[in-house]
Amino acid sequence: MNKTADNRAWLLVTPVVLLVAFNALIPLMTVVNYSVQETFGDNTFFWSGVTWFEQVLRDPRFHGALGRQLFFTGTILLIEIPLGVAIALTMPRRGTWVSVCLVLMALPLLIPWNVVGAMWNIMALPDIGLLGHTLNSMGIDYNYTRQPVSAWVTLIAMDVWHWTSLVVLLAYAGLVSIPEAYYQAAKIDGAKPWAVFRYIQLPKMKRVLTIAVLLRFMDSFMIYTEPSVLTGGGPGSSTTLLSIDLVKTALGQFDLGPAAATSLVYFLIVLAVSWIFYTLMMRTEES
Amino acid sequence: MSLELRNVSKVVGNEVHIFPTDLTLEDEGFNILLGTTLAGKTTLMQLMAGLQRPTEGEVWFRGRNVTGVPVQQRNVSMVYQQFINYPNFDVFENIASPLRVAGVNGAEIKSRVLAVSDLLRLTPMLNRRPSELSGGQQQRTALARALVKDADLVLLDEPLANLDFKLREELRDELPKLLSGRGCTVVYATTEPSEALLLGGHTAALAKGRVRQFGPTGTVYRQPANLESAAIFSEPPINTIAVRKAGHRLLAPGGLDWPIPGPLASAADGDYMLALRPHNVAIKRRRETDTPLTGNVLVTEISGSESVIHFELPNDTWVSQSHGVHRVAVGSTGTFFADLGQAMMFTPDGVRVKGGV
Repeated sequence: MNKTADNRAWLLVTPVVLLVAFNALIPLMTVVNYSVQETFGDNTFFWSGVTWFEQVLRDPRFHGALGRQLFFTGTILLIEIPLGVAIALTMPRRGTWVSVCLVLMALPLLIPWNVVGAMWNIMALPDIGLLGHTLNSMGIDYNYTRQPVSAWVTLIAMDVWHWTSLVVLLAYAGLVSIPEAYYQAAKIDGAKPWAVFRYIQLPKMKRVLTIAVLLRFMDSFMIYTEPSVLTGGGPGSSTTLLSIDLVKTALGQFDLGPAAATSLVYFLIVLAVSWIFYTLMMRTEES
Repeated sequence: MSLELRNVSKVVGNEVHIFPTDLTLEDEGFNILLGTTLAGKTTLMQLMAGLQRPTEGEVWFRGRNVTGVPVQQRNVSMVYQQFINYPNFDVFENIASPLRVAGVNGAEIKSRVLAVSDLLRLTPMLNRRPSELSGGQQQRTALARALVKDADLVLLDEPLANLDFKLREELRDELPKLLSGRGCTVVYATTEPSEALLLGGHTAALAKGRVRQFGPTGTVYRQPANLESAAIFSEPPINTIAVRKAGHRLLAPGGLDWPIPGPLASAADGDYMLALRPHNVAIKRRRETDTPLTGNVLVTEISGSESVIHFELPNDTWVSQSHGVHRVAVGSTGTFFADLGQAMMFTPDGVRVKGGV
């Protein structure tokens, strides 16, 4: 192939190079920089090698936060994916109600994250909140600022409320793209509704569901705003997820080295799990 | 004793999809529904299958009133324009699926699936999934699913429309052979007149929710009962012109004045619609008796060894179809030779009175 060399082409790629640099590379390298050095805040640095990484990976506090994070993400995936698919299945495929349903479904997604946290915080207040007061007057001892179980239930309910819609919308998009002829063919065969779901709808939704799981995994694994506003990680450290723990280390205690090391480990976990998951889903797709 | 539609109609909201229709299909025969998109072919098929309930009228099958009998109790199979197969079943399981639902035992399923897959040349790919098959193989799999259950009524809704040209020809040749002698009544929907002619059998010409004519395919083509049926069965579109017969002359608007051709001479004087298929309007004079027509050339389409030229008459646009490549400049005035002896004459309402063989 004959290549035409023209250095002016660099001008054309400059914007994206700058964008990626400022948006990803420079911040990331700053973090890498902190993670291998010791600083006392007067802008003098000492090389410390992998000390911070060793410290973080051995730290029970990090283990605790990671465990809570995995539990949180696993739980909300187990609830939101089936629930989202179930809701999508009950939505009308045509007619005037379609747009009404879609708007209602999209509503939680349009609310700013800290507002979601604040809403649930107020709603769940045991003395004056609608939810908290109702539960307590029903005789259920509920207080999310004191009881870890209550805090967890509230946290998960909030996330399910906020994000199931995303799964619904994706699953719905997958469902409406199935040609009517598939349903007719199944009807002619005499297939039962379960068989239609299992052998037509589910396989046809596979692609969008892969994306839904991936998005929900990444988002929930990195969640910060909502739990931070709702419980602030408490009571104690019972709802301290990875990101909240990280902010406490970095900004609360100003331990920049360990915080930077935690950030990198955190980033690598998200990257690795997403990659493994995506590869697995795509491999079964091909076979 | 076959599939009968008795005064069947379908109205959805304020829209009439099928006007009251009486139709008796050829039992164990090949029945073609020919019509353009939205003519009502699919609706008619779904009414026949029981996927839709007629608004009025009754559907009878082999002497039994099946109106309102759900499709799964009717032993019907259907093949669609899209290739419909279960995405995560392999070809064997796809073909076996109707038998599995029906509770046929394993050994019989195996022998029946193998018999059908041999017939459709699918045996080497029984272990593959639909996504690993070509379009032709996917449609063959869908056909195999329709054949394996030995349905009494096999409905094919434009099954070849999504296939590429070569495969379409191949499968079109095979289809009548595959389906004959199985004791099933076949209904085949298509938009292409040439496909109907190649398949033979009986044809119902459909337009705007009405069956305009039903009969042996060749008869419907050569002796259309009405202008609509002639138009449905003509590609390129049939030429029409309003004429007045006066003695031995045919007068048309714009001062056209033609001698009346022999076959039409016996019609009474009066107003008629004259229709002539494009291949009877040639760019070269073929007979002494050909009537020359001149007009402004609008479009020239050359497809391989055929030239289709659209030109203007005073009140109408006509089409000429000739063998060979004829490059006629658009905008120039062309002379075309019409073999009016082949023309068909219809009343102004479109009922055929003369012509056609």
